[in-house]
Amino acid sequence: MSEHSVFDEMLGRDAQVRAPYRNFFDWFDQEDPKRLRAKNREAEDLFRLTGITFNVYGRSEAEERLIPFDIIPRIISGSEWAKLSRGIEQRVRAINAFLHDIYHTQEILKAGRIPREMISQNEAFQPKMIGVDVPGGIYTHIVGIDLVCTGPGEFYVLEDNARTPSGVSYMLENRETMLQMFPELFSKNRVQPVQQYPIDLRRSLAACAPNMAQSDPTVAVLTPGIYNSAYFEHAFLADQMGVELVEGHDLRVIDGRVAMRTTNGYKPIDVLYRRVDDDFLDPLNFNPESQLGVPGIMDVYRAGGITIANAPGTGISDDKAIYSYMPEIVEFYTGERPLLQNVPTWRCSEPESLAYVLDNLEDLVVKEVHGSGGYGMLIGPTATKKDIAAFRKKLKARPKNYIAQPTLSLSTVPIFAKAGLTPRHVDLRPYVLVSPDGIKITPGGLTRVALKKGSLVVNSSQGGGTKDTWVLEE
Amino acid sequence: MLGKTANGLFWMYRYMERAENTARLIETGQRIALTRLNQTDEEWLSVLQSADCLDGFKATHDEISRDLAVDWMLRSKDNPSSVVTSVNAARQNARLVRTAITGEVWEAVNSAYMALKKALARKVSERDLPSVLRLIRHHAALVRGVTHGTMLRNDIYDFARLGTFLERADNTARILDVKYYVLLPSARAVGTSLDNVQWESILRSVSARGGFRMEYGAGGGPKEIADFLILDKRMPRSLAFCVGKLSDNLGYLANEDDAGAATREKVEMLRNGMLSKSIDDIFDFGLHEFLQKTLEELSMISRQIEQDFRFYA
Repeated sequence: MSEHSVFDEMLGRDAQVRAPYRNFFDWFDQEDPKRLRAKNREAEDLFRLTGITFNVYGRSEAEERLIPFDIIPRIISGSEWAKLSRGIEQRVRAINAFLHDIYHTQEILKAGRIPREMISQNEAFQPKMIGVDVPGGIYTHIVGIDLVCTGPGEFYVLEDNARTPSGVSYMLENRETMLQMFPELFSKNRVQPVQQYPIDLRRSLAACAPNMAQSDPTVAVLTPGIYNSAYFEHAFLADQMGVELVEGHDLRVIDGRVAMRTTNGYKPIDVLYRRVDDDFLDPLNFNPESQLGVPGIMDVYRAGGITIANAPGTGISDDKAIYSYMPEIVEFYTGERPLLQNVPTWRCSEPESLAYVLDNLEDLVVKEVHGSGGYGMLIGPTATKKDIAAFRKKLKARPKNYIAQPTLSLSTVPIFAKAGLTPRHVDLRPYVLVSPDGIKITPGGLTRVALKKGSLVVNSSQGGGTKDTWVLEE
Repeated sequence: MLGKTANGLFWMYRYMERAENTARLIETGQRIALTRLNQTDEEWLSVLQSADCLDGFKATHDEISRDLAVDWMLRSKDNPSSVVTSVNAARQNARLVRTAITGEVWEAVNSAYMALKKALARKVSERDLPSVLRLIRHHAALVRGVTHGTMLRNDIYDFARLGTFLERADNTARILDVKYYVLLPSARAVGTSLDNVQWESILRSVSARGGFRMEYGAGGGPKEIADFLILDKRMPRSLAFCVGKLSDNLGYLANEDDAGAATREKVEMLRNGMLSKSIDDIFDFGLHEFLQKTLEELSMISRQIEQDFRFYA
């Protein structure tokens, strides 16, 4: 794709500063780059001190890295956001209805809208969830929808994260850092706050407590432990919500409840926000080797003794093969046309699509159906001939394992580089809370930015950075 | 509170205190070495013995020298009570209990870790030693200060205090014992000016010289110093003070289920034993024997705390 067709969210296509950025740009223009550079370093020290680091898998023991933070905010107008959030809400509603249906009467399969084997042969489908009535009917208590922008107001959903979306701590810390470094910016711009997220999260989780819970339900966060790459976030959220951070070995099933070992004996938990994958949740019901879970928790869950957030088995809805059916899913359950667009997707499980994908590898992005974190994908336009040849073999060997999408012309937002403002590609992950009280979307979310020129990969594990994301008041 | 969290708090503060006290022990050793008459580095054996890390040292070293001993106590990752190991462990525990401590306490521990990682990246020369030891004390004081200034006075704080005072009592006993070991080969030096200088270095290493002089003026010998560090309830590093704090904090943790009853019993035994007697009684009993017995009782109390408050499943 040629360079001039790229949409820059600050400068548009015609180098005119767009409305939401005008205030910021005037400020930036007056600033001494030296002072900003010093501020940039200050931000990094701040992050290191507060310990906002992530552990990198496969590196020397307990190496902690910072996710690079860029001081130029990504700014979205209030009206643009209002439109976007209507689409997000519709999609999240549909996902929950889909999950309920799939684990109950499977109307969508009966209606022939999705091939049956897409579900029955899907590793993310959890047979143990069939017929389970989850508290409040909520499956995905916390969702992160990954969006990319290609032009003014043109957003596409890249993927849905309906299992345990991470990164929300960066959204909060990025804002905190900006507030500390540039308080004057927030008096010049009316930016919608995000700091209420932890309290909203606690309320939303408490509202999903099982019927047997007391009026003030006990919430806890389940982490795999301090060596997990996202441990900082688990601790951060528990701390901000004012709830306990537990590990599997702190928990035990007693009298039909899941209880945590306190200094005064075992105390039952009503809602468990788990950051442990389905497979490791319960060695008696899932992976027997797991040291991270709680033996018997699934039996308590099925009997209505605890709420697990997100519910086991939600992975079936954010699976990359199911993704391609999302427009049908939204229509089937809401009776409305989808407000958010899907990226056109070829399912390599279908022979015609596979043939097309194999013929056009150099123009396509090919992803593993169950992959995440930017691992195991091919970006055709930037890949070498050798990479493509190697990938072709993998694809032919297990076509079902892959989907392919065209390379979209992702928007850019400038970063503050040595040479001044320089455009870099970004994506956006808004965070959505779901409870019987309603759906709540925090204005903004996490903007991830590819720091390398021309790169489309924004994942932190692949050298991406983050930005503060502003939604302006109208 | 989770048993695991109580465990993490207890050990985070134990290790923070240990880092500081290991630095104090090194300082004691250094001062005694600088005032000795003979030309060997034997006294470092006593320092290591007091720090309870002599066996580990001997297992990895064939000879003793000032440099080797100081490095072992400051930087060795194989030594479970070196400053580096202690600060790493304190931070690891702080990460574990991140939800129980305030952001400021976490930042203080994290910045201690970062600063000392840098300062202790390479061997510390004799010339740089005083400033490095000061840096360690400075960071330990910061953690203590923000703990005092920002933490709620609830069970979280009680476990933090239990860890702090248990470790401190342990270390004061060990620092006193260094003097005992150093004295052994030269019993005839008792009461000489050299002896007094060495006792005074013990006072200095627990930051008690000012307080002692306030109390005793220019007078006061070994007996008074021992009395001050063991029995004086106003001296914040004395055994009596630390054990009193253990008793207080266990009292706050007591509830309708009588949590911690067994631990309280053990603490009261220690408190009503030698610590309620006079320094003459302790000297008659034998200073070294008394200190060894106290160390044993402290470690029993630590194990009882683990059990009473369900630190482990």
